[in-house]
Amino acid sequence: MLRYIGNRLIAAVPTVLLVTVLVFLILHLIPGDPAEIFLGENRSTPELLAKVRADMGLDRPLHVQYLSYMGGVLHGDFGRSLNNNRPVLGEILGRLPATLELTLAAMAIGTVLGMSLGIISALGHNTWVDTAAMALALLGVSMPIFWMSLLLIFFFSVHLNWFPAIGQGGIERLVLPAFALGLLSSSTLARLVRSSMLEVLSQDYVRTARAKGLRDRTVVLRHALKNALIPTITVLGLQFGQLIGGAVITETIFARRGLGRLYVDSILNKDFTMVQAMTLFLALAYVLINLAVDVAYAAVDPRISYE
Amino acid sequence: MNNPALPQQSVEPARARPVRARSLWADSLGRMARNPGAVAGMVLLALLVLAAIFAPQITRYDPAAITPRDRLLPPGAAHWFGTDAFGRDIFTRVVFGARVSLLIGIVSVLIATLLGVSMGLVAGYFGGLADALVMRAVDVMLAFPGILLALVIVAVLGPDLLNAMIAVGLSAAPTYARVTRGAVLQIKTSLFIDAAVVIGAPTWRIILRHLLPNILGPIVVVTTLGVAGAIIAGASLSFLGLGARPPTPEWGLMLSEGRSFLRQAWWITTFPGLAIMVTVLSINLLGDGLRDALDPRMKK
Repeated sequence: MLRYIGNRLIAAVPTVLLVTVLVFLILHLIPGDPAEIFLGENRSTPELLAKVRADMGLDRPLHVQYLSYMGGVLHGDFGRSLNNNRPVLGEILGRLPATLELTLAAMAIGTVLGMSLGIISALGHNTWVDTAAMALALLGVSMPIFWMSLLLIFFFSVHLNWFPAIGQGGIERLVLPAFALGLLSSSTLARLVRSSMLEVLSQDYVRTARAKGLRDRTVVLRHALKNALIPTITVLGLQFGQLIGGAVITETIFARRGLGRLYVDSILNKDFTMVQAMTLFLALAYVLINLAVDVAYAAVDPRISYE
Repeated sequence: MNNPALPQQSVEPARARPVRARSLWADSLGRMARNPGAVAGMVLLALLVLAAIFAPQITRYDPAAITPRDRLLPPGAAHWFGTDAFGRDIFTRVVFGARVSLLIGIVSVLIATLLGVSMGLVAGYFGGLADALVMRAVDVMLAFPGILLALVIVAVLGPDLLNAMIAVGLSAAPTYARVTRGAVLQIKTSLFIDAAVVIGAPTWRIILRHLLPNILGPIVVVTTLGVAGAIIAGASLSFLGLGARPPTPEWGLMLSEGRSFLRQAWWITTFPGLAIMVTVLSINLLGDGLRDALDPRMKK
C-alpha cells in the first residue's frame, strides 16, 4: 500500500513540475509589464520602472527567474501582491477557512441529497419516482449556480426572511451558499449513483442475497450500496473541482471573503502575482486530492491491486 | 432513414423481404425519435435557434436602447418581461441574448473539438512518445480544477467575450482528447484498420476516413453535452465580469446587473435565468438522448 502511494506520488511529479512552469509563465504572458502594474499608470518613470523591475527580479533571464521562483515556493514564499506588496501566502491562508467551510458544507449536502435521490431513483427504476427524481436532477445540472443562488436569496432571504442574504460567520449565513453549491453537486451525484446502483442491482450476488431471503433493506444497504459507491468515489475529486469553481461564484454573490472571491478580485485588479500563487495553490491541492481519491479507491475496492 | 410508420409495399412473406442494412446513424435516429425527452430537447432547441436568428423580427425594441422614463417596469403588455434599470426591454434582451449564448456554446465547443479531437487522434493512433506527450499535456490542463483553467486563461488574455469563448474552449479540450483517445484505442486494433494499413493507405487517410467516422458516436455525445457546459461556463464568466461587457445582452451579465434589484424588480434576473436554464436543459436532454441512442448497450 505504502509503495503504491509512493509510486503514485512519484508519477505526479512531472505533472506538478509542468504546472509550476505554466503558472510561473502567467506573469510573463500577461499583456503589460508587472512592474508597471505595480507602480500604477501615473507614477511610472523609466528610472523607477527599472528599479522596480530589478527589485522584482524581472531583469534576469527567464530560467533564473523560474528557479528563484521555485526556490521561494519551496520555502513558502509565493511572492508579493502587485496591489499592496504584502506576501500573498498570508492572504491566501487567511481566506482558506471561509472556502473550506463552504465547500465542506456543500459537499455534505450534495452527498446526502445526491445519494438519497440516486438510490430512491434506482430502487423505483422506471416508476414515476424514478422519472421525477431524474427530472429533478436534470433540472439541477442545467441550472447555473448563480441563478440558483439568486433564487435562494430571493425566496429564503427577501421573502421569508429566514436567513441573511449575504456575509459570513455563523451557521445561518452558511446555509444558503452551501445549499446553492451543494444542490449542483447533488444533481450530478444522483445521476451517477442511480446508474451505478442499477448496474449492481442486476448482479448475481444481489440475486443470491435476495434468494437466501434477506430483507430488502439489508440487500440494498449491505450488498448493493457498498459496491455501487465504488465508482462514485472516483468522481469525488471531480466534485471538488466543481465545488472550487462554484465557490468562485457563490462567494461573489454571497459576499464571503473566501479564495474564490479573492481569485476573481485579483484578476479584475490585475494582481497577477496573487493570481499566480492562488492558481498554483489550488492546482497543487487538486492534484493531491485526486491522488488521495485514487488511493482511497484502491483501498476500498479489493479487486484493484496496489501495483 | 427508415420510417416504421410507412406502409410496407411488399406483399411477399416477411422472410423473403430483403434485409435492409441500416446505418448506426439511421438506427440511432429512430431510437431518438422514440425518446420523448430527446424530442422535447430538439424542439426546444430548434425554437431557441429560430428565436436567435429572427431576433430583430420578433421584437420591436432595440436591445441596447436606454429609456430612463421606462426604468424598472414590471412585466406587462408593452414589456412582456418588464424593463431593467436602464429602461431596456428585457424580453428583447433575452431574445438577443440567445444569439450570444448560442455563439458562446458553438465557438467554444468548436475550439475544444478541433484541439481535443486532434490531440486524442494523434495520441491514440500513434501511441508511444506522441501519446505520452499529449497525455502529459492533458494531465497538466486537468490539474486546474473546474472553471479555474478558464479563469487563468481569461486572466492572461484579458476579460472580454471572445477571450471568454477561447478560455472555455481551451479548458474543455482535455476532456475531448481523453474521450477521443479512448475511442481510438478501442477500434485501432480492428481488422478494417489493419486492412487499410495493408493496402497502403496513407496515414492521414486512415485517421480521417477509417478511424474518425467510427468514433464519431462518443464525440457527438461529448460535443452536444459540451455546448450545454460551455453556455453555463460562458455565462458564469460574464456574470463575474470576466466575459461579455455591457451593454451586450448576455444572459449571465444581465443576471449580474439585476442582482442589486432583487428586492424591487425580480423580473430582471428571473427571465435571463430561465433562459439559460431552458437552453441548457434542452441541450442536455438532446445529449442524454443521443448517448442512449448511440450506445446500444444502454437500452432500457
